[in-house]
Amino acid sequence: MEFLQQLINGLALGSVYALLALGYTMVYGIIQLINFAHGEIYMIGAFAGFYSASTLKLPLIPTLLVAMAVSALAGIIIEKVAYKPLRNSPRIALLITAIGVSLFLQNAMRLLVGSNPKPFPDLINAGSINIGSIQIEVKTILMFGVSALLVILLQFIVYKTKVGKAMRASSQDMEAASLMGINVDNTISLTFAIGSALAGIAGVLVAISYPSITPYMGAMPGLKAFVAAVLGGIGSIPGALVGGIAIGLLETFSKAYISTNFSDAIVFAILIIILLIKPAGLLGKKISVKV
Amino acid sequence: MKKTLLSGVLASVMAMTLLIGCGGNTGSSTSGATGDVIKIGAIGPLSGAASTYGISVKEGAQLLEKEVNDAGGINGKKIEFIFEDDQAEPNSAMQAFNKLVDNEKVCAILGPVTSGATLAVAQNATSKQIPMITPTATEPTITKQGGDYMFRGCFVDSFQGEVLGKYASETLKSKTAAVLYNAGSDYSKGIADSFKSKFEAASGTVGEFLTYNDKDTDFKAQLTKIKTLNPDVIVLPDYYNVVGLIAKQAREMGITSQFLGGDGWESEELTKIGGDAVNGALYINHYYSSDQDVAVKTFVDSYKKEYNKEPDAFAALSYDTSKILVKAIEKVGKTDGAAIKDALAGMEMNSVTGNIKFGSDRSAIKSAAIIKVDGDKKVLADKVNP
Amino acid sequence: MKNFFNKKTITIILGVLITYAVLFGLISANVINSYYKGIITFSLINIILAVSLNLIVGFTGQLCLGHAGFMSIGAYVSALISQKAGMPFVVSIFIGAIVACIFAALIGYPTLKLTGDYFAITTLAFGEIIRIIIMNINVVGGARGFTGIPIKTTFTVAFVFMVISIIVIKNVINSSQGRAMLSVRENEIAAESMGINAFKYKMMAFVIAAFFAGLAGGLYAHYAGYIKPDSFDFNKSIDYLTFVVFGGMGSLSGSVIAATVLTFLPELLRGMGDFRMVIYPLALILLMIFRPEGLLGDKEVSLNIIKNILPDKKSKDRKEA
Repeated sequence: MEFLQQLINGLALGSVYALLALGYTMVYGIIQLINFAHGEIYMIGAFAGFYSASTLKLPLIPTLLVAMAVSALAGIIIEKVAYKPLRNSPRIALLITAIGVSLFLQNAMRLLVGSNPKPFPDLINAGSINIGSIQIEVKTILMFGVSALLVILLQFIVYKTKVGKAMRASSQDMEAASLMGINVDNTISLTFAIGSALAGIAGVLVAISYPSITPYMGAMPGLKAFVAAVLGGIGSIPGALVGGIAIGLLETFSKAYISTNFSDAIVFAILIIILLIKPAGLLGKKISVKV
Repeated sequence: MKKTLLSGVLASVMAMTLLIGCGGNTGSSTSGATGDVIKIGAIGPLSGAASTYGISVKEGAQLLEKEVNDAGGINGKKIEFIFEDDQAEPNSAMQAFNKLVDNEKVCAILGPVTSGATLAVAQNATSKQIPMITPTATEPTITKQGGDYMFRGCFVDSFQGEVLGKYASETLKSKTAAVLYNAGSDYSKGIADSFKSKFEAASGTVGEFLTYNDKDTDFKAQLTKIKTLNPDVIVLPDYYNVVGLIAKQAREMGITSQFLGGDGWESEELTKIGGDAVNGALYINHYYSSDQDVAVKTFVDSYKKEYNKEPDAFAALSYDTSKILVKAIEKVGKTDGAAIKDALAGMEMNSVTGNIKFGSDRSAIKSAAIIKVDGDKKVLADKVNP
Repeated sequence: MKNFFNKKTITIILGVLITYAVLFGLISANVINSYYKGIITFSLINIILAVSLNLIVGFTGQLCLGHAGFMSIGAYVSALISQKAGMPFVVSIFIGAIVACIFAALIGYPTLKLTGDYFAITTLAFGEIIRIIIMNINVVGGARGFTGIPIKTTFTVAFVFMVISIIVIKNVINSSQGRAMLSVRENEIAAESMGINAFKYKMMAFVIAAFFAGLAGGLYAHYAGYIKPDSFDFNKSIDYLTFVVFGGMGSLSGSVIAATVLTFLPELLRGMGDFRMVIYPLALILLMIFRPEGLLGDKEVSLNIIKNILPDKKSKDRKEA
């Protein structure tokens, strides 16, 4: 029985990572950048949601929309200001910039709002469902449902729409895509916008379930979500969902049955093992490097 | 190779010399007193993640500084607290210490605030013969590491754990307990360990002794295990923002055990984060802010007047610790480190956080207040004397 | 030997000795007080960290985000040996450095064949894993930290080790192995097709860098007397990366200057603690966008600058001729 409950716990945690991993995977898929600042966009979404829910007193859906909009905007601005100028620079410069953006956002937010954790209002007051001695919170079901829905939606967008085609083309070969008349800049901005909006939704949903938000809340989940994206196969959208759930389960079971002290270390160790054995991840494709 | 070496070294020398030149002018006169001002150093996190604690300490000390100076100072001289930021970082604390002692030539130091930073500078107090008293660092070995000149104005983590253990078994008559503490926090671990020893010594059983990592927000894995145990009490020795979340998740899972906590629970925000989940919880604090005792009331009122908010335990401890330090300096009459430290060792005072006097290990022997969360108010459940 | 004692070497040696003597004199006469001495010693340790990280990031082109992890291994091992086994200071820091080296070899062996981004994340992951493991080892204090380390790192000691580190690393760079590393940085595939075993040279750089990071860690432990796992976290690794990037990836003198300046700067800006944490990353971003080569790019500070400033007979003659 306890095992089943832990399973539910793991799935709940996993859907958070899945939502974040989706953003990572989309951005990496298109410009091969590990967006270190993704965790911070998630944090910005949470704070945007906080202000809309407690200061403007908006209910759930408008709060989510506000968070999505603010995060998307943040994502686009970061892309235009920090990543676009470096599109032709060596990878190391891009990575360092991404780290810089991440740290900058964390500390700037802290200067703005103070380091005291803020209590997020409970916008989904729906209790939980009890099946025997197992308890499933409605919030959990919601998060899981939203993640799954978004994956389906994204798959549809990427594989069945024109914009999606533009995204896939740009990720294959940017120059060729622009020669074909695709506005690569806009496509990239759109990708960032979508990925960031997803992070924003994740931020609000997580803030409702774990109602204490701080400027540093994005750091660890960001890192773990990245591990999830890699595990599932970076660049693969269903991979993000699979990876997220997997990491959530792994972390929960490590905490429950191995050791809480080392659960983070175990998650990172998994990353290393995946990269060594199957760098393409579970659902990813192997890419060969051309000279 | 050779050019680089020389050039690199030359450049460093130039840089260093320039900066030394700038700095060399800020040394002041006689030790600890410039004309009419007695300088007391203070170290704490004024920026960074732990800044709320440092700022509370600063406010408490400055409130005392104002009171003392308005009443004419000590022995005719005014006092001045000079604050240096350590960002709760051991290396910065050391540099802050050096700056205060070498450049500002303070006669005594209040601080540091966090245990890590204090452990880093403790032994310097004795090697440089500067009396140092930390108002809030609770790690037990600090005064031992620091030597004769290192004092502490609050009780230690092990004391908190013991009080909780004793209270749980004797007053609450609990038989089983679970502990869920922060593996990345020495403070949390300290209370958890001493609770376990005391509770088990009183024939209680600690059925689950679990941890979580710093910055974790999901505790369901651990709480599920605790739920299976169904203990009488659950000890959560961490800060209010984390325990609020834990309590909430626990109650949502249907866990009904009594929550017990340490002084980290104390905050205005506790009920905002924990909501109904923390109702009825009991935790230890250094004092009770609504205590009708005159000393407490006066302090709380003047703090509110000055800073427009309720004082937290850090501010109260800082106020008391500064007060006893200043009294020691006043008693000695001059800024002699050795004399001040001797005077401090023998001092006794009644103030906001109760009766303060120092044990042979230079830690303050103080009583603890056990606070109960009642709705969004806090009431005094008990007072425990050491 | 005849070639060794030429004019250049003597100038260098004299320069170093004079610098040392000047600083030492100032410190002994208490013109430089403990506060500044502390900062200077700390900056010497940071120089060692910066030049070692530069070897792998700047000269071999591999982004490493776990440098603080190797530093912490060196710090903890040397502290343990110093305090518990009572061995002499120099022995314990060397052992610490060697252990850090061994870990680097173990970690590098499987991971150095990954491409740049993944290698970076892996080093980050390892840095975290090392920190978490240390936090759970009670013998070294765990989260409480390791107290009571004998304070043995004086200005002299730090200065000597800094000089040694720079000499060694500069020698590595000027050797054929160093050139191989540079070729790996420029274009790994082209280097491989020229017969250079990229993996071998990346390993070499990684292990040497870790050795000096461990050495610096040992020096730091015996300078501060107290260390805790959080003192070596990801943020610290980023600090060291900032030194390298700022000074110029590929310039040793740049690293020296950057490490010194960026150690003194936070002290000078003591009142602005909160802003520093915003300005540093911002500076990193702006640097990458507008001047990715950093202060000195991949050039070194050379005596030619001084020659050009001070006109002397020979160069005047040369110009006229």
